[in-house]
Amino acid sequence: KLKETMWKNNPKKILSAVENVRLLDRVSPRRSRVGTLYLTATHSIFVVNEAGVRNETWVLHSLVFSAEKQAATPSGCPLIIHCKNFQVLHFVIPRERECHDVHLSLQRLSQPESYEELYCFSYKPNVDEVERRQEWDFLDLKTDYSRMGLPNSLWKLSPVNRHYKVSDTYPADLFVPESATPPVIVGSSKFRSRGRFPALSYYSKENHAAICRSSQPLSGFSARCLEDEQMLEAILRSNPCSDFMYVVDTRPKLNAIANRAAGKGYENEDNYSNIKFQFIGIENIHVMRNSQQKMLEVCELRSPSMSDFLEGLESSGWLKHIKAVLDAGIFIAKAVAEEGVSVLVHCSDGWDRTAQVCSVASVLLDPYYRTIRGIMVLIEKDWISFGHKFSHRCNHLDGDPKEVSPVIDQFLECVWQLMEQFPCAFEFSERLLITIHSHIYSCQYGNFIGNNQRERIELGVRERTHSLWSHLWTNHADYINPLYRPDHSQTQGLLRPSTAPYSFKFWRGLYNRFDRGMHPRQSVEDYLRAIQEETQQLEEQLASHKQVRLSSATCDKSPTVRALGNDLSLANTPQDYTDGFITNSPKAPDDSLILQPQDSSQTSEPSFSNGSDQESGIADLSCRSPLSEDSTRDPDSDEAAYSAA
Amino acid sequence: MEFAELIKTPRVDGVVLHRPFLPTVEGTLCLTGHHLILSSRQDNTEELWLLHSNIDSIEKRFVGSLGSIIVKCKDLRVIQLDIPGMEECLNISSSIEALSTLDSVSLMYPFFYRPMFEVIEDGWNSFLPQDFYWWFYEWRLSEVNTDFSVCLSYPPLVAVPKDVDDDTLRKVSTFRHGGRFPVLSYYHKKNGMVMMRAGQPLTGTNGRRCKEDEKLINATLRPGKRGYIIDTRTVNVAQQAKARGGGFELEANYPQWRRIHKALERSNVLQDSLIKLVEACNDQNHSMDRWLSKLEASSWQSNVKEILTTACLAAQCIDREGASVLVHGTEGTDSTLQVTSLAQIILDPTCRTIRGFQGLVEREWLQAGHPFQQRCSQSAFSNTKPRVEAPVFLLFLDCVWQILRQFPCSFEFCESFLVLLFEHAYASQFGTFLGNSAADRSKLSLPEKTVSLWSWVNRPQELERLSNPLYEANSLVIWPSVAPQSLLLWEGVFLRWNRSSKCLDEAYEEMVHIIEYNKELQNKVNSLRRQLAELETEDPLLQES
Repeated sequence: KLKETMWKNNPKKILSAVENVRLLDRVSPRRSRVGTLYLTATHSIFVVNEAGVRNETWVLHSLVFSAEKQAATPSGCPLIIHCKNFQVLHFVIPRERECHDVHLSLQRLSQPESYEELYCFSYKPNVDEVERRQEWDFLDLKTDYSRMGLPNSLWKLSPVNRHYKVSDTYPADLFVPESATPPVIVGSSKFRSRGRFPALSYYSKENHAAICRSSQPLSGFSARCLEDEQMLEAILRSNPCSDFMYVVDTRPKLNAIANRAAGKGYENEDNYSNIKFQFIGIENIHVMRNSQQKMLEVCELRSPSMSDFLEGLESSGWLKHIKAVLDAGIFIAKAVAEEGVSVLVHCSDGWDRTAQVCSVASVLLDPYYRTIRGIMVLIEKDWISFGHKFSHRCNHLDGDPKEVSPVIDQFLECVWQLMEQFPCAFEFSERLLITIHSHIYSCQYGNFIGNNQRERIELGVRERTHSLWSHLWTNHADYINPLYRPDHSQTQGLLRPSTAPYSFKFWRGLYNRFDRGMHPRQSVEDYLRAIQEETQQLEEQLASHKQVRLSSATCDKSPTVRALGNDLSLANTPQDYTDGFITNSPKAPDDSLILQPQDSSQTSEPSFSNGSDQESGIADLSCRSPLSEDSTRDPDSDEAAYSAA
Repeated sequence: MEFAELIKTPRVDGVVLHRPFLPTVEGTLCLTGHHLILSSRQDNTEELWLLHSNIDSIEKRFVGSLGSIIVKCKDLRVIQLDIPGMEECLNISSSIEALSTLDSVSLMYPFFYRPMFEVIEDGWNSFLPQDFYWWFYEWRLSEVNTDFSVCLSYPPLVAVPKDVDDDTLRKVSTFRHGGRFPVLSYYHKKNGMVMMRAGQPLTGTNGRRCKEDEKLINATLRPGKRGYIIDTRTVNVAQQAKARGGGFELEANYPQWRRIHKALERSNVLQDSLIKLVEACNDQNHSMDRWLSKLEASSWQSNVKEILTTACLAAQCIDREGASVLVHGTEGTDSTLQVTSLAQIILDPTCRTIRGFQGLVEREWLQAGHPFQQRCSQSAFSNTKPRVEAPVFLLFLDCVWQILRQFPCSFEFCESFLVLLFEHAYASQFGTFLGNSAADRSKLSLPEKTVSLWSWVNRPQELERLSNPLYEANSLVIWPSVAPQSLLLWEGVFLRWNRSSKCLDEAYEEMVHIIEYNKELQNKVNSLRRQLAELETEDPLLQES
């Protein structure tokens, strides 16, 4: 219903329309829907009108990862669209010519060449300018540093990078040790890739231990830099309780050694006083990109056997990499919390693995980063402000495919893995992570545009776009984990997750997000959320019962009836359990199923003839995307269909 | 025989117990006829009581004069006992070995156990066939097997088509493996379709026929209707069975039936799968690659997927195709029962209640002649080559757990109930899972001499513990997803002893708390509303305001 109104109130300029397009169901291709495919400047919209019920599937062009046109078949020309949020759409377009046109248009629309073309610059929700400005004030990193107790006598805010002169990929405001003078900082920055000198990422008020981050030193085989050595000493001195510090190189040792030949490398323990140097082998962006690609191929297999799936998952290496990132985070978090030792983390440039490891360690260390506001602050700090190259890594523009890598996906997944082990420790649910993931790629909000702070300022992101964080905060009730309790013992202090391989699970909620049939048909989370809402109403009623007469409106229903209102008609359809055995048989149940088994022209999915029997309700809720009004749509807009029906 | 003869050393002091994720306990180890007990003799620490029948295997290790016994249990727990003194250690281990492998069923603990709780309802009488099958139209309860002479693994009463007399049944039984002629397993009220199960037909290589068998099977179809025969074996396996006198229904002889072959593994393969899975789960030092490849190589999850898929298929034929179904494999006592019982979970909301599920286990497993004693005599740590042991029932429970995970609000019971059934199937103080068939149970006089597990379960305290706080009766057919992404490793059984469950337990408690608090407030509000209504009727002034 909502979508239909949207469509009417906010008509998109239709660039082209193709009729009689079929959208195939990925799991059981026999279920397909025929409709019209509209192309607008920002979205492709597939509209089905079945028995007077309008059903729309919206695809945001900035989320399109690839559009692949396959060889024409007698039934039409297949066009397969892979989205960055892991939605896969399989269209069949009647005429090859039309398919060709749609394919070309999509390729052009989904790969803009300049920032100006990105969706965030044309996305204009109904918000006035004053409010829009306020959106950007919602998060302020200074508040987070003062939450950590900074500045103090050990750490100070340095103006050295105010104009991005020292490092053009670093933020303007950075915390450095009190004893680090500008010449030391500048000297150190000259000895580090891209000028990314050691700066503070996290500081523990309790024991003064800190996590600092940087890029690799330009040590080559023997080069030294006095200022860099002084810089590390200054960091050590800012932790009065400790007589040494860790330097963690998150790369595999071989990679780091190879870098020495290029005049880069890693710290020599002999040159730096009181450091303990440690390699942690997290693979590089290219390995990660290929690994995710392999895993996604496995997720996409059509009715895979269990062995296909597990073998594919193993050979993708994805979970191994997730474990490596989490292991590194644990090492650092333990150093800080248990040993009270400061850590300097770097990789090569200090914007990928370093960002992952620092932010995972922060989540493990500090309960604040496990709240809704906290996780936003953390992403703003360790990812956005420290210059994770979002536009390159997420392929926002038509760029070098070798720069693309799911580095931030891995961070979000590490948080998810932790949520699975500590169900009461996080204020937010999986839904928040999935929504953030989607918007990192959607380009609907300005937050993730560009590759660093300087670029965003040049683009005028704060002046011209909207901020995701305030949007999420406005709807934060949607993202609450009903099991979260701030005072719960598992919520407090350092998380100590198990890292046994069997503790890592495949994240179906993200990678198979749009395959609704794969998800639990009833969501415990939604059920509990509904109960809690009702509890709140009851509390209010009880509080006011003396003055006001109890309204007789509520309480007659059991909460479950309300929570599961849709489930009672929880209709779900059987999957293809038959390997085509039954579905190939003729239709009417009373007819012989046996006599004409070869007749495959008719499908006998009973679900299809009976609208009320289709999947609905619960599965929908569990993977509901709270993306705002004008954005990507669920693959099947059944909600609309059902509320209208 | 006296147990005392087997107990060489009844008591050792200074024994140290090691359990993963729990503090070590030092205390006195005692052996009794049925239990291994370790007590610290301090009030605040718990005692360990372990049934000898729960012990799957033991290993001894010596370091100097300190001996260690590693006890591996059928519930997959592994504990270590450090015993000072080599002789004591050897005595204890050989005693345990003897006591945990007693041959005679009548020496088992259930025959000695006296309940310490009040039996409200005798579980031996809770699920009588005449209470369940009496109302099915077109079906009758036959007494042909009252003395177990027609089929040794069937119960005395079986449901068969009304039009088929006992003589026909006797003839059919000679044509079916183990005498297991087709009987009613489930009646789908919604459309009157049925599910039956049987042993394989004994067609042999020369294609033997049995008119009575054909008649019986056709008698289950309504006029003009057709049915499906789900053979749980692949075509090849079914073909090979002919050489050993078995076989399958030829379509020419059963023209109203269409045969579907599925590939469910036979029991010895399943035992191997369990052993491999548990071995993979117990090695904490695996790399991710090794873990995933071992998980895959165990095929456990594949078995879950295949069984569940076959059950869904049977349910789909009945509910969606409006066709009746006959399920069999070879003997009809293993994979057949997995399919028929899971299909009922999917189709019949009653089976998703605590009592209904007990009834299902009683009908489709115990009465249907699943040889529990053979299948559960060893678990994942057995060192001997599996002959008759197999986790057939555990796989069924795993599949139920998968459906429960996908429909968390549609079951009256929670995971604990499934875990409880797993434990008691392998080692128990109750007589329910003793013996291999109704005939065995009758011979052993189990109802007279032992307590039923259902007597224990059907008490308010236990029902409370086993009930699912999220339950909301759901009258619909529930179709689970069988995609590999949807099927999870059953951590509650396979990782139960390998990780701390503290955080997950806390989450469960939190969930219960949220629901209880809501109920409490509802009650308060409702009672206030009642008071208010009373006041209103008493006080006309208030009514006007």
